Amino acid sequence: MKIDPIHQFNIEPLFTLGHIGNHTIAFTNSSLFMFIAVLLIALLMLASGRELVPGRLQSVAEISYEFVATTIRSTAGAEGMKFFPLIFSLFMFLCVSNLVGVIPYTFTIASHLIVTAALALLVFFTVLIYGVYKNGLKFFSIFVPHGVPIYILPLVMFIEILSFFLRPVSHSVRLFANMLAGHIALKVFAGFVAMLGFSLGALGWVGGVLPLALTIALYALELLVAFLQAYVFAILTCIYLNDAIHPGH
Amino acid sequence: MAESHGEAKGQKAGAHTETDGGHHGGAFPPFDSSNFASQLVSLAIAFVALYLIVSRIALPRVGGTIDARQNKIEGDLAEAQKLKDESDAALKAYETELANARANAQAIGNETREKLNAASEAERKALEAKLAAKLADAEKQIATTRTNAMSNVRGIAADAAGAIVQQLAGVTPDANAVNSAVDASLKG
Repeated sequence: MKIDPIHQFNIEPLFTLGHIGNHTIAFTNSSLFMFIAVLLIALLMLASGRELVPGRLQSVAEISYEFVATTIRSTAGAEGMKFFPLIFSLFMFLCVSNLVGVIPYTFTIASHLIVTAALALLVFFTVLIYGVYKNGLKFFSIFVPHGVPIYILPLVMFIEILSFFLRPVSHSVRLFANMLAGHIALKVFAGFVAMLGFSLGALGWVGGVLPLALTIALYALELLVAFLQAYVFAILTCIYLNDAIHPGH
Repeated sequence: MAESHGEAKGQKAGAHTETDGGHHGGAFPPFDSSNFASQLVSLAIAFVALYLIVSRIALPRVGGTIDARQNKIEGDLAEAQKLKDESDAALKAYETELANARANAQAIGNETREKLNAASEAERKALEAKLAAKLADAEKQIATTRTNAMSNVRGIAADAAGAIVQQLAGVTPDANAVNSAVDASLKG
């Protein structure tokens, strides 16, 4: 019995869609789970009722709505509500796909850097383009903090600019690494149970209780991380958008 | 799994050499650039679809439901407030009405009492006047009677005096002298 914690991240093409240049565009298991996430969100948001007194499903839909709306208002102000659909889409897409990904034998979309990087770059360019469109050159005042002595200003500006351009990196790697590491740890500990049992017999199955307990604890943690990382991604998006909306701060 | 991976690699011309999958999966899948294009295309389609669903249908729908509820709650509260104000006003009107009626009743009572008092007073005065008139009449009658009686007494006294004088003196006294003597005696 061999533990292969990386296997869960494999991209398996289900069928080929076409070619762009010399790239093969395939419908993969990753694509499947992306569309599952979209479908689940659409079901949640559209199939829930419109009752005055909400039922369970409607409550979940409304709580998601209010949760994201409150997050935006508290971090980016009322003007940030322009980006409500974007942030809601990002949050729900990541939250649902992460939660689906915690279920055994499923695929976690956010465990691939290319996906999180694409989303982070989407946010980055939205901030950059909207910031310049709305504030013109004043947008770049975010690189010049107030009250910094003139002789260290160039250094501070350099750091600010560097950190601004590193945002998509930290934004994407944080999510990707959390999902990847969590799933690997989960798989390793779960694998120990089977490995002990198959190699040591009855004693092994008894000894497997310990890694099993750990797996359960890790599973709970992963559920939290799945939600939390989606939330962190969304709230960072809000904070970055706040720069574009109010560059004076 | 290794096979499927190799297949995916195979489909791509000039695949990275690091991924000739002999042992499980070859390259670490998240860093396997041969899958990037497929994932990006799927992500673009899925995310744009999600964005359209969310921005065009889902959020207006859920937001509308929440707003409708908020409006309903506010409307109901306003309605309740209005009804409360109305009942307060009605209570106040009732109280004013009651106070008015009470004041009215008091006024009517006072008026009636005064009227009755005045009437009884008038009656009493009339009665008193009548009694006083009767008293005066009676007094006058008494006075007349007394005068009469007095004059009779004088006559009787004069006669008696004349008779006594005649009896004693054997002479008939002068009537005038007797009268004046009686008068003097009566006065005395």
